[in-house]
Parts: sequence; structure tokens; C-alpha cells
Amino acid sequence: MIDWPHFTPWTSLLGGVLIGLAAALLLLLNGRIAGISGIVGGLLKPTMHDISWRIAFLVGLIASPLIWQLFAPLPAIQINTSTALIIMAGLLVGFGTRLGSGCTSGHGICGISRLSPRSIVATLSFMLTGILTVYVIRHVMGG
Amino acid sequence: MKNTLFALVAGLVFGLGLILAGMANPAKVLAFLDVSGLWDPSLIFVMLGGIALSALAYSYARSRQTSLLNMPLLIPTSRHIDFRLITGSLTFGVGWGIAGICPGPALVLLGAGSVQGLLFVAAMLAGMLLFKLLETKP
Repeated sequence: MIDWPHFTPWTSLLGGVLIGLAAALLLLLNGRIAGISGIVGGLLKPTMHDISWRIAFLVGLIASPLIWQLFAPLPAIQINTSTALIIMAGLLVGFGTRLGSGCTSGHGICGISRLSPRSIVATLSFMLTGILTVYVIRHVMGG
Repeated sequence: MKNTLFALVAGLVFGLGLILAGMANPAKVLAFLDVSGLWDPSLIFVMLGGIALSALAYSYARSRQTSLLNMPLLIPTSRHIDFRLITGSLTFGVGWGIAGICPGPALVLLGAGSVQGLLFVAAMLAGMLLFKLLETKP
């Protein structure tokens, strides 16, 4: 059943366009893929001349809610997950994105937009376990 | 210097896009993944918008040797689908399904001053470091 009251096709589409625009900027100017896990992961084994753009991109990303708040209040942020599960999720996301060479941005947006078979398989894989995990937590365990 | 400034702008636009799209709200992401429950399909539109713009950029990049700032275009060329790609992505999906947070939104939540966002980012970095340690081990 579709959750019509929370369905926001227009703002989500526009937000997606901004994400795609950012990916286009980073590609056409810096020659880089806007994959967040890759940009962060690259800082864990830093090499010369490959640090400043990564830090600059991440500073922009982390500062974005502060810039948003100069013009409008932030939309609701709702987290109902327990602290222990948040930490477990973070570990899995960190480890899994490095092992799988990408996340929702690098594979899901950048990779699919250049029709990379690796990224298509990766996106189908994380969508599958994402959906299954929510199904198990909400409808099997009843959390 | 100029390329660093542009990377900062790209990061900022990326983050504003995530906030506008609803991706920075973990409850909305989980509602998107809950296809058999009360399903919020909005995030399909995030992908459509993102892929459309980025596809234009990639097709233009194909006609060039370097970026507009004369930097090398570092586009992955591997087409090999291996065990690491699939197990890594499956693992990532489990974590994404538990909390509704992926790496980009995690950093936005951190910037928004969310304590859970901070904990998630710390755990995510620990997971990445753990991978690096295991990977460099002979």
C-alpha cells in the first residue's frame, strides 16, 4: 500500500537533480566520481595530491545542513533505531561499501548513469538486502 | 586550488540535494525500503533525477580526454563482476536496511548535529578501517 501523505515526488526529483548536478560538476571539473564511500575511503590511505579535493567535498557535504538553515528550517529528521543497531549498521555500511567498492551514490547514481554492469549488479544487491532487512525487522520480528 | 573550491561546491550541492530529496531523513529511507508495508516510493524519483543529470555529464565526458580543468578523467573501467562486489554490496544493504542511513546522508546528519549521525559515522569509519586492515594483511 502506498504511503500517499508522505509521498514527495517533486521535491525528491529536484533533490535528485541536485545530486546529479553535483556528480556532473565533480566529474567534468575534477574528473572524479561522486561516490561518497570512495571519497571517504580514499582518505584512509592518503596519497599526495589526492587529499585536498576529498576533504573539500566532504566539508561541503557536512556543511550543507548549516547552509540550508540560513534559508529555511531543516526538514524533519526521524531516527527510531536503537543506538546499538545504529552502530552495527554503521559498521556494516563502512565495511560493505569498501568491499563492494561503492554505495548508493557511486554505484546507484554514477555507475548506473554510465551503464556499468558492476554498478547495476551492486545496486540490485544492496537494494535486495536493504528491502529484505526492513522486511525481517518490521514484519517478521515486528520491530 | 580552483579544483579544491569546485569540489567544495559539489559537496555542498550534493548535500543540499540529499536534504531536499528526503534522503537525510532515515525514517523516509526505511519507508522506501518497506515495499510490503506502508510504502513511500519517493526515492525512486531521487534516482531518476540523479541518473538523468549524471548520464548527460558522463556522455559528454566520453567525448573528452581530460576534464574542463585539464585534470585526468578517472572513470572506472573494470567490468568484472566478482565475489567482493556482490558480498560487499549485500553487506552494505543489510546495514542500510537496519538504520536507513547510507554514507552521504550519514555525513549530512553529522553536520546537522545529530548524535545518532555522529555514532553512525564513527562506526562507518571503523568498518572502513577494519576492511583496510584485513585487505592489507598478507
